[in-house]
Amino acid sequence: MVDYFLETFSEITWLASSPNLSFVLAVTLAGLPIFLFMALNALIAVYAERKISAFMQDRLGPMGQGVGLHAGKWGILQTVADAVKLITKEDIIPATADRKLFIIAPFILFTASFTAFAAFPFNEYLVAADFNIGLFYILAMGSVGVIGIILAGYSSNNKWSLYGAMRSAAQIVSYEIPAGLSLLSVIMLSGSLAFRDIVAAQTGTTLAILPNWFILDNPFTFIAFWIFFVAGVAEVNRTPFDLPEAESELVAGWMTEYSGMRWSFFFLAEYANMFIVAGVASLLFLGGWLSPIPGYLEGNLWGIFWFISKVSFLIFVMMWFRWTFPRLRTDQLMRLCWKFFLPASFVTIIGVGIWDLFVR
Amino acid sequence: MGVVIEQELGTVHGDEMILNIGPQHPSTHGVLRLKVHTDGEIITQITPYIGYLHRCFEKHCENLTYEQSIPYTDRCDYIGSMNNNFGYAVAVEQLMETKVPEKVEYMRVIVAEMNRIASHLLALGTFGLDVGAFTPFLYCFRDRERILDLFEMLCGARLLYNYIWIGGVSHDFPVGWVEKTYEFLDYFEPKINEYNDLLTYNKIFIERSADVGVIPADVAISYGVTGPNLRGSGVRWDLRKDDPYGIYDRFEFDIPIGTGAMGSVGDCWDRYYVRVRELEECVKIIRQALDALPRDGDVHAALPKKIRPKAGHVYSRTESPRGDLGYYIASDGSDIPSRIKMRSPAFTALSCLNEISRGWMISDVIAILGSLDIVLGEIDR
Repeated sequence: MVDYFLETFSEITWLASSPNLSFVLAVTLAGLPIFLFMALNALIAVYAERKISAFMQDRLGPMGQGVGLHAGKWGILQTVADAVKLITKEDIIPATADRKLFIIAPFILFTASFTAFAAFPFNEYLVAADFNIGLFYILAMGSVGVIGIILAGYSSNNKWSLYGAMRSAAQIVSYEIPAGLSLLSVIMLSGSLAFRDIVAAQTGTTLAILPNWFILDNPFTFIAFWIFFVAGVAEVNRTPFDLPEAESELVAGWMTEYSGMRWSFFFLAEYANMFIVAGVASLLFLGGWLSPIPGYLEGNLWGIFWFISKVSFLIFVMMWFRWTFPRLRTDQLMRLCWKFFLPASFVTIIGVGIWDLFVR
Repeated sequence: MGVVIEQELGTVHGDEMILNIGPQHPSTHGVLRLKVHTDGEIITQITPYIGYLHRCFEKHCENLTYEQSIPYTDRCDYIGSMNNNFGYAVAVEQLMETKVPEKVEYMRVIVAEMNRIASHLLALGTFGLDVGAFTPFLYCFRDRERILDLFEMLCGARLLYNYIWIGGVSHDFPVGWVEKTYEFLDYFEPKINEYNDLLTYNKIFIERSADVGVIPADVAISYGVTGPNLRGSGVRWDLRKDDPYGIYDRFEFDIPIGTGAMGSVGDCWDRYYVRVRELEECVKIIRQALDALPRDGDVHAALPKKIRPKAGHVYSRTESPRGDLGYYIASDGSDIPSRIKMRSPAFTALSCLNEISRGWMISDVIAILGSLDIVLGEIDR
């Protein structure tokens, strides 16, 4: 989108004369939809989470009988009411907190997710910034977010926050390794870090009728998908890996001292990160914007539809995890990562290499 | 302007940090405060501070007549009010050397066991919550709610019943109550498997609870731990069988004990699973009691208007959902007891917390505390 805007601006005479201004304008115009999409994503995901958890727990979730103070029919306005509550809430900064870091921490986390979104293709053409290393960029941006978490935990001057931040730092840094390694198998097969090429490599069919997605390519990519997905769940700190914000142990972990709008930035970032993990998984393993029935229902709009559906399904699976599983303990979490996922992801790399050379 | 942060220093060693869990904390099961010495996440020492819910129960009783104390017993272990009423009523009746009508005995067993189910459901659910599983909690509450509805039908209250009185119960079972209770039992029995599928045999749950917080049998006995916590350590001790009160000697039921099926005997999983299996035993007892319940008869023994036991004292104990609930009552012959002392099973369970949780992590302490199933109302009284 940035490139498209820049091209358009170069035809407008008064803008073409100042490349800096047109660049800023183009980035803003491309960034605004991302911001809106992130907010919309959180809005819908929170409502979905409430309703899904409610149905899994044999209750109704937010309900309303009408308009006015009620949260709309079926409670659809619940998240809007939540947002209004968060905005109007008093902004509390603890007296002993490190003020500057405390204020800056949510923005670091949010900006990391926001910038990661920039490289996200929703179909072949709809992408804010088209990189040739989009995948690498998204993974890198995902790691930046942890700085925000550590800062939030440190600056709150609260022992719960500190524990949460330390757990989170250890967890995210550890799980990034198996997540990254499991993606290597896809990169080996597609030979590119650009999403466009990776998805293009998944067109066509395999075994006569099945779509030629990387998850179905060979047994090793199938394992790699699950390693990435579970490691991704761990990276976004969701149950069973929600130790950094373990409610029953650490009150709210690194978010303990945050409230109101500052807290809602963490919240936005969490749901954005869920989208990113689910999005990367569906782009790399589930054919991104490709139709599940090769040759049918294809096109740009269908592409967006398929991509969003795949992502939504994976987000649903994450919610399903959350409302089913208990939480792991720190040492169990680390053991799972270093003793199981890491060797397994190495096996997938070697396995995919051997498969590609000899079996195919 | 500097801010002074007060710290209790005490015996902190070089790398230790003091962490204050509670009294306002999501999983202290009330208002318990734990002062925890941590080395990283490892616990080196843990000191429970109690008294945030102290309401002078025993002192109040010294100024009230025997009947007036019953609502106060409700408020001790507010999760198992029926059992508290039951224990107190049995103690006073022993002191007075009276017998209650046959029908009342059955009614008491039925409501006490129903309340035990409700209490264990809460214990199982909150234990799940403590190890991070949210859904089992609501499943347990869904079924506990049915028991509360039945109790509401019975005596109008959903938590603090004031139902079992000295020499009887406050009301007879309302019309249709017995049938509804049968219905509930039919509904409830298959649900126990649902909890097992969802939580008991969950791999992560086993990882979190098996081998964690082991109470060896000798430690449990020396700390005076009773109830499901003691049975979880493999000691077959249940007052309903070993020192029967009421008519418990008439019923057929098993006493489940911890076997170390997933780890070692006396770990959190064993304590949890003993409660799950006790649900089945409770259902058995209630069914037998309902079948044998006399349809006619008075629900009050013929007692004088003012209860004046003759001078003397009594210690009586009953099996509450949390264990060995004892009442010591000293009477001076007047209508007001001269002294009442309650032996709280949750208090003894909490007392062994330091012993069993040293060397475990913060997450485990929360799990251990959840598996002990303490109720602060009873500890603080």
